[in-house]
Amino acid sequence: MSAVSEPTSTSTNKAVAATSFKAAPRRDRGVEKRSSPLWGIAAWLVGLVFVAPVLWMVLTSFHSEVDAASNPPAVFAALTLDGYRTFFGNNPWPPLINSATASVISTLFVLVLAIPAAYALSVKPVKRWTDVMFFLLSTKFLPIVAGLLPLFLFAKLTGLLDNIWLLVLLYTAMNLPIAVWMMRSFLAEVPTEMLEAASLDGAGLITVLRKIIAPVALPGIAATALICFIFSWNELLLARTLTSVVAGTAPSFLTGFATSQGLFLAQVCAASFAVSLPVLAAGFAAQDKLVQGLSMGAVK
Amino acid sequence: MPARKRVTVVAVTVGLAITAAGCAGAGGGGSSGGASAEGGADSINVIMVNNPQMEDLKELTPKYFTERTGIEVNFEVLPENEARDKIQTDFSSQAGQYDVATISNYEVPFFSKQKFVAPLDDYIAEDDAFDQDDILEPIAQGLEGEDGTTYAEPFYGESSFLMYRKDVFDAKGLTMPEKPTWDEVADLAAQVDGAEPGMKGICLRGLAGWGQVFAPLTTVVNTFGGQWFDEDWNAQLTEPGFTDATTFYVDLVRAHGESGAAQAGFTECLNATSQGGVAMWYDATSAAGTLEAEGSPVKGKMGYVAAPVKETDSSGWIYSWAFGIQESSQKKDAAWEFISFAASQGYEENVAEELGWARVPAGKRASTYANPEYQEAASAFYQQTEDAITSANPQQPGIDPAPAPGIQFVAVPQFSGVATQVSQGISDAIAGRTTVEEALENGQQLAQSGVGDPNKEG
Repeated sequence: MSAVSEPTSTSTNKAVAATSFKAAPRRDRGVEKRSSPLWGIAAWLVGLVFVAPVLWMVLTSFHSEVDAASNPPAVFAALTLDGYRTFFGNNPWPPLINSATASVISTLFVLVLAIPAAYALSVKPVKRWTDVMFFLLSTKFLPIVAGLLPLFLFAKLTGLLDNIWLLVLLYTAMNLPIAVWMMRSFLAEVPTEMLEAASLDGAGLITVLRKIIAPVALPGIAATALICFIFSWNELLLARTLTSVVAGTAPSFLTGFATSQGLFLAQVCAASFAVSLPVLAAGFAAQDKLVQGLSMGAVK
Repeated sequence: MPARKRVTVVAVTVGLAITAAGCAGAGGGGSSGGASAEGGADSINVIMVNNPQMEDLKELTPKYFTERTGIEVNFEVLPENEARDKIQTDFSSQAGQYDVATISNYEVPFFSKQKFVAPLDDYIAEDDAFDQDDILEPIAQGLEGEDGTTYAEPFYGESSFLMYRKDVFDAKGLTMPEKPTWDEVADLAAQVDGAEPGMKGICLRGLAGWGQVFAPLTTVVNTFGGQWFDEDWNAQLTEPGFTDATTFYVDLVRAHGESGAAQAGFTECLNATSQGGVAMWYDATSAAGTLEAEGSPVKGKMGYVAAPVKETDSSGWIYSWAFGIQESSQKKDAAWEFISFAASQGYEENVAEELGWARVPAGKRASTYANPEYQEAASAFYQQTEDAITSANPQQPGIDPAPAPGIQFVAVPQFSGVATQVSQGISDAIAGRTTVEEALENGQQLAQSGVGDPNKEG
């Protein structure tokens, strides 16, 4: 299990870490000259601590099973592609496609729902909007595992077991509160002066959304989308319980590489790395936007 | 406020769209049977434990089964604990996602009682190609329900026996009896302890878990005259038979057992034995295949004798991974065809041809052990394995009658959870953190309250 959940936390951390590195100097431009180089070293050390398990996983994935299991670890053992051969030999495409379907579509749904919701909670706040925010947050209080049995029974009754659309629906519901919270804080930064100026010039709601809010909020939307994508892509508990042979996603496919008889570390590492690649790629692609989104105030 | 109204309209529309999409998905999945969402009548869904024998089956099925029958098999292979969880969830709710699952002789008694799995007798009677009588008696018995009907067909089976280093014993001038007693084994363990640098006397599992320390330990309890429960489901953990056996086991492993015993399970003992860390090992017969495999450092150096005894004539366990059909499956005929293939002699020959006799899923059929080619490939251990399996008695493994079948377990659903909790104390006792008495007193309460009388629940 740990081998499976590892990429989850590390890739998320990495995205966050990457942004905070770049974001920090901007905000602290004034004090930069006074800060000691020790801070830089400390930052690099922390970064290494986050990246080390991932690097170790990548290295292990290129080792043979025997070298991967040896103690003390055989760091300089010969490299091999056997782990990847096992992974790709097991036809990983259906689970990867399922994961992509569930993550991308649920992220789109989340954005479509979260942006108007966030608008109604920040730019033109509805009455008692704080209660709404708290309600959204409260939906995350119940651990997902507590809802697992009702969900399973619901899926069984409706014939949705092992159906990718069930995961799309659940991932949308799972990420919606986070997305609304994130989007609200991004939209809250849109200066009211800009909105007032626009409406004085006769802009309607759609024009305001498209011409004023969208450009300012785009980095925020990118950041929100990435987080939702990562959470959906890495989700294991629901996928493992509610899907089987047809709609299984990549994380639940990963668990199949661990075995109670025989060695499996290298193949699990190879599979984990291969499955993390799309998230890493998405993270790098969105990096610029993310940095903007998290560091830049909307007023600039 | 037309603007807000428009936003509301958009939100509601999107919400409806999602619901519609969900329903469309439901229709799509449901229309093809719900149970098996893809492939129509000619495909079945199979969930298996990902042991190497099952991986081989997955690889050979398209060539030897699908080509002949036209039935597509969608496999899901998972590690043992995950597979057990999913099978339990799917079968207990009769959700019907899987037509066939690997279950063992632990599950069959209560799965059959609760009608999770379909009876197979009619299929067996109608299938001339399937030789049911060839299946070894204790294995076949373990896969029958209370009513004597067969509910699963074995894929491979195992018992337990004592493995020892012949070369080390020869060098020390020691002889291993063919049917050793535990007292003799304890004595021998003391003598071979330290025979080579870093070599301990015996490897016995100490890792917590109902399938870890309690697999070998329960067989010791049985032969010492103890048992988990008497016929009326009264826990017996503090009775002399259970305490004597546990004290003996813990003392032996503490005095002459492998290093790090409290963390040692099957895999650790396999490594210790292969690497010369121990001179003896009492565990599953299936370990012999790995110890005698090409490239194993101890190949040809091992001897195999029956599981050690005290009060009973034999004490080896019985375990088999078998295929059962979910009662709610809509494709029982196709499912049986698959089982009839996977559990047959014919499949064993296919494996031998493609991968060699060493990889054959053995331990279930008399014909395998009568086959000269298999005898040659497994010359070091085939006879002892067959003897171990055929001499086991899952209905009454100890001195006194048992309330439910099972040798190294008690076949009720509560057992795995309870025994895993109790095993924590035993593992602690092996590590020296608690005493056997304390662990068992605690265990007695856990067993009594955790299992109670399973029959009362109907």
